[in-house]
Amino acid sequence: MQSFTYARASALPDVLAAISQPGGIILAGGTELLNWMKEGIVAPERLVDINGISGLDRIETADRGLRIGALARMSDVAGHEAVARDYPVIAEALLKSASQQIRNMASMGGNLMQRTRCPYFRAEIELPCNKRRPGSGCSALAGEDRGMAIFGWSEACLATHPSDVAVALAALDAVVQVASSHGARDIPFLDFHRLPDDAPERETVLEPGEVITAIEVPASPAARRSHYLKIRERASYEFALVSAAVGLELEGSEISDVRIALGGMAAKPWRLSAAEQALHGIAISDAAALRRAVDGAFGDARPRRHNGFKVELVKRAIVRALQTAGDIA
Amino acid sequence: MSIGQAISRLDGSRKVTGRAKYTADVEVEGALHAVLVPSTVPSGTIAAIDAAPAEDAPGVVRVFTHLNTPKLAEMTNPPAGQTIMPLQGDRIFYEGQPVAMVIADTLERATEAARRVQVTYRNEPFATDFIAGLDRAEARPLFGLPPDSSVGDIEAALSGTNVRVESVYGTADRHHNPMEPAAVTALWQDGRLEVYDAVQGVVDTRNTLALALQMEPQNIRVRNDFVGGGFGCKGWLWPHEVLAALAARELSRPVKLVLTRAQSYTSHGYQPASRQTVTLAARSDGALTGIRHQSVLAGSLSGDHVEPSGWGTPALYASPATQATHRVVRLNRGNPTPMRAPLEGVGLIAVEIAMDELAYELGIDPLALRLRNYTEIDPAEGKPFSSKKLRECYAEGARRFGWSSRTVEPRSMRDGRNLIGQGMATALFRTFRSPAKVRIGLDQSGEVLIETSTQEIGTGVYTIFPQIAADVLQMPVERVSLSLGDTNLPESPMNAGSRATLSTGSAVQDAAAKLKAKLAEAGATTPDGYAEAVARQGVDRIEAEGDWTPPEEATHAMYSFGAIFAEVGVDEDIPIPRVRRVVGVYNAGRIINPKTARSQMTGGVVWGIGQALLEKSEMDQQHGRFLSKNLAGYLVPVNADVPEIDVSFVDDFDEHVGPLGARGIGELGAIGVGAAIANAVFHATGIRVREVPIRPEHLLAMAQSSY
Ligand SMILES: Cc1cc2nc3c(=O)[nH]c(=O)nc-3n(C[C@H](O)[C@H](O)[C@H](O)COP(=O)(O)OP(=O)(O)OC[C@H]3O[C@@H](n4cnc5c(N)ncnc54)[C@H](O)[C@@H]3O)c2cc1C
Ligand code: SF4
Repeated sequence: MQSFTYARASALPDVLAAISQPGGIILAGGTELLNWMKEGIVAPERLVDINGISGLDRIETADRGLRIGALARMSDVAGHEAVARDYPVIAEALLKSASQQIRNMASMGGNLMQRTRCPYFRAEIELPCNKRRPGSGCSALAGEDRGMAIFGWSEACLATHPSDVAVALAALDAVVQVASSHGARDIPFLDFHRLPDDAPERETVLEPGEVITAIEVPASPAARRSHYLKIRERASYEFALVSAAVGLELEGSEISDVRIALGGMAAKPWRLSAAEQALHGIAISDAAALRRAVDGAFGDARPRRHNGFKVELVKRAIVRALQTAGDIA
Repeated sequence: MSIGQAISRLDGSRKVTGRAKYTADVEVEGALHAVLVPSTVPSGTIAAIDAAPAEDAPGVVRVFTHLNTPKLAEMTNPPAGQTIMPLQGDRIFYEGQPVAMVIADTLERATEAARRVQVTYRNEPFATDFIAGLDRAEARPLFGLPPDSSVGDIEAALSGTNVRVESVYGTADRHHNPMEPAAVTALWQDGRLEVYDAVQGVVDTRNTLALALQMEPQNIRVRNDFVGGGFGCKGWLWPHEVLAALAARELSRPVKLVLTRAQSYTSHGYQPASRQTVTLAARSDGALTGIRHQSVLAGSLSGDHVEPSGWGTPALYASPATQATHRVVRLNRGNPTPMRAPLEGVGLIAVEIAMDELAYELGIDPLALRLRNYTEIDPAEGKPFSSKKLRECYAEGARRFGWSSRTVEPRSMRDGRNLIGQGMATALFRTFRSPAKVRIGLDQSGEVLIETSTQEIGTGVYTIFPQIAADVLQMPVERVSLSLGDTNLPESPMNAGSRATLSTGSAVQDAAAKLKAKLAEAGATTPDGYAEAVARQGVDRIEAEGDWTPPEEATHAMYSFGAIFAEVGVDEDIPIPRVRRVVGVYNAGRIINPKTARSQMTGGVVWGIGQALLEKSEMDQQHGRFLSKNLAGYLVPVNADVPEIDVSFVDDFDEHVGPLGARGIGELGAIGVGAAIANAVFHATGIRVREVPIRPEHLLAMAQSSY
C-alpha cells in the first residue's frame, strides 16, 4: 500500500522546513493533488497541508496593484469587487473555470501548479508519457493531438497548460512571489511556466522546497479594460479549447496599449508580443486591420495533424476579445 | 381516474433525501471486495501472470486468474453481453478484458493488491480502427436475423428517377455513462446464490447467470431496489457479474464488486460508431421512390453485436422501394451493445439529414417533404400502424415552434452575431412487447401492494404502476405501493427497448381488475368497502395474480412517433453551435403520467444534444484503447448546454398495442434530435455536416467569417 503522512502546518516556516526534504508535497485545495494520487500520477510520502496558515489567503488591493495570497480561493478572487472592477480579465477567467464547487476549494497557488489535461497523461494506467515517466516517450506524437499545443512544443511533449487564470495573469504581467527556507524571490509570470524542451516533466521554474506565497498584479489602464474569452464546446465546466486574455488602452478609438495572452496553445500561457506591437495605432473598430495584425504574429505556429483548426479559431477569438474589451463587439 | 394524472414521483423524496438504496449501498456483513485487473493490451496472449505479490498483500483472500478459475459455460450474445467469458483462457480479445480478479477484506486492500498482479503479454497485431477497417466489413446476422432487408425493387427505383441525393454519414462511438456504476454483491449459501445487481432485468440476469455458472435458475435470486441509470449497459450479462457470483460460490463468502468509472468504459458495451450511406430518390413533386440505407457498424471479436441502425428506416415513409443493409467491422474492442437510443437512434441521424438534403435539392420545405411522404401503413410489413398520429405531431410541433416563420435560405436568419438555424426531423421507435406477470394484494388497512420483478431505472415505474392499479380500483394512488426488482416476485421483462409500461403495466391492470372482482365477490363493491371485506374474510389480505402476453401474430405495425424541431445559434466567427430551443411532440398512445413522461422525453432530448454536439469516445489506435475513460475526457451536456425543451404529447388510445393503450416512450426522446440539430446547423451556416458530433473544425473550414 502506498502510505503517506499528513501534517497540517500553522505557520509558513513550518511548511518551508517540511518541504525542504524530498518526498514532501503541499496540499492546498486538493482538487488536483488528490486526483493525481488516485490515478497513480504522483506518490508523495508526506502531505503538508497549508490551509491552516493565516493570512495566506488574503486579497489586497492598492493603487499600485493587486496582491493575491497563494491560498486565496478561486471563488473569493472572482467575487472580489475590486478585482472584478479593475482586473475584469482575472474575474472572468476564474468564473469560467471548473465549477462553483471546485472554485470554492481550489486555491490560486494550486491553480498555477495544475498539470496538463493531456488524456495520455491522465490515463487510469501508465501510458508512455514523458511527463509521467521521463524517457518513456510521448503517446500524443502519433496519437490524439486535437487538444495539443500549437506553439513551443517539442518532440518530447505536445501538451498544453490548462489554467484559465494563468492566461489572464500572463497578459497583465503579474509576478509570482515564492519563498523557501533560503529566502524569497519574485518570478515574472511569463517565466514561471516552462516550455517542454527535453524535460517536459519540469513544468515551472519553481525549485524543490519553494512555495508560492502570492501573486502580484500591477494596476494599469489595460488591466481595467480587459476581457477573457474562453472557447469550448461544452458551454460550461470544460477546459478551454483555446482562449484569449486581452487588455486594452485606447486613445480615442485607437489602440495605444494592448496585452494579449492565449490559452490552450502551449505548455504555458502564450503571450502574443508581436501582435501587441503591430496593433498599436489601429482603430479598435477595424476588424480587418486587427485580424491582419494578429495574423502576422503566428509565424511560430506549428500545428499538428488534428489541431490546425485552433489557429484560425484563436485568431478569431483574439479579434473578438479585443473588440469586446473595446466595447464594440 | 389516476391514469393521465401528472403525479409527482412517489419515490422522489426517498431519492432526494438519500434514503433510496442503490446496489452499491447494500451492506452485507462480512462481505469481501473484488477488484478486477483489466488487460492493458487489445490483442495477444498472457505469457505469464504472477499473482504472488498480490496474494501476499495484506487482506487478500484469493486471486483469480485464467489458471485457477473454474470453467464457465459457453455463451451467446445476447443474452450475454459478449461471447468471451472472463478468465477462461490466456487469449486477449480487447483492452479492458479482465485478466485477474483480486478478493480482499477491504476495497482499499483489494485495489492495492490488484495493482500488484504482474501480467506479461505476448502482443499480437490488432485492429481497433473502424474507419481503416471499412473495406473488410462483413455481413453477419443481427440478433439472428439477416443483415439485409428490402421492399420493392430498389435498383430500378434508384435508376429511373428525377432527383437523387446520396451521401455518407457518420456517428461516433459513445458510452452510456450512467451515474451509478455497475455494482454487484453476491452471496452464496447452501448451493444457492443471492445477487444484488444493478441491472435493467433481474430475471434475465438470473437466467443468464444460471447458464454461465451451469446452475438451476431457481437456485439464484437477483435483486435491486433502484438502478441509477442503465441506458442499455445494464441489460445483458457482463463479465463482472459472472465473476462476482463465481467468487462468492468459490469462497462461500459474500463478495462485492463495484466497477470503477474507468472500467465502465470497457466493461459493459458502448454504442458503436457507424458509417451510413443513404440514397434517396424522389419525383420532383417530392414523392419518394426509393430509400437505400447502407450501414457499416463497428463491431467486436468478443461478441456478435451488430447495431440494427436500419431497422426503422422502411417504416418511415411511403416509399415503394426501400433497402436496409448492415455490415460490421469486427475489431479488438469490447463488444458494443444497445444504448439509448439504439436502432433508429443511430440510423435516423443519417436518414433524417438526408431527407433535409433532399428537401433543399427539391426546393420543398423539409416538413412538407415529410408530409408528402406520410404513410398510414408500414411499407415494410404492408400492415396498418396500430395507431399513428404523427401528422398531428408535425402540426402541433410546427405551431409551437413557429416553423412557418422560418425563412428557407441557409444563413438567412440572425440574432446579432449569431446565425440562427432551424431544423426538424421525424422520430420513430419500434414497439417491443414482452409477457409479464404481477401479483397484487389489498390488506386489512386498505393498503395495496403490487409485486412484480420489474426494475426502477429512473423512468418512474414506482409511480405509474400504482397509478394503473389505483385507476382500476378507484383508489387514491398514495394507498398503492410497489415492490420490485426481485426474481422471487412474479416475472416481468427487462426495462429495455421502452417496454415496461406497455408490458408490465398491462399485467398490473389485469391483476388489479382481478383483485377488484375478488373484492366484489367478498362484498365490496365500492372502494370504501375494500378493507372491511378483507377483514370479513378473516384473512390478512386478498390477493390476485394478473398477467399479460402479447399476441403471437401482430395484426398491426407498432411504432411510437415524434416530430422534433430545433433551433441553434452559431456565432458567425466562432462557430460552435448552441441549441437555443427544442420542441418535441410525440405520439405514443396513451400517456399514463404526463409528468414522468415529460421527464423521460426531456432527458432523451438532452441525450440527443449530446449525440449531436458533444459525445465521442476517442479510440487511441496505438494502444488500442478508448482514450479518456472519465467524464472529463468524454463530454456529456451540462445544464448550460440545455435550453428550453418544450415537450408535449398527442394522446390517443392505441387499442391494438395492449389493454393500456400505451406504447413505449423511453428511447423515443433521444431519437430525431441529432438530425434536427444537424439540419438546424445547416440552415444557420449553409454548411452540411454529415458527421456527429458536429465540432468547430467542421464549420471553421468552410464558414465565412467577418474577420
Ligand atoms: C473537474 C475539474 C475541472 C476543472 N476545470 C478547470 C478550468 O476550467 N480552468 C482552470 O483553470 N482550472 C480548472 N481546474 C483546475 C483547478 O483550477 C485546480 O484543480 C485548482 O486550481 C488546484 O488548486 P488546489 O488548491 O486544489 O491545488 P492542490 O490540488 O491542493 O495542489 C495542486 C498542486 O499545487 C501545489 N501547490 C498548491 N499550493 C501551492 C503553493 N502555494 N505553492 C507551491 N505549490 C502549491 C500542490 O503541491 C500540488 O502539486 C479543474 C479541476 C477539476 C478537478
Ligand atoms: S503530450 Fe506530453 S503529457 Fe501528453 S503524452 Fe506526450 S509527453 Fe505526455
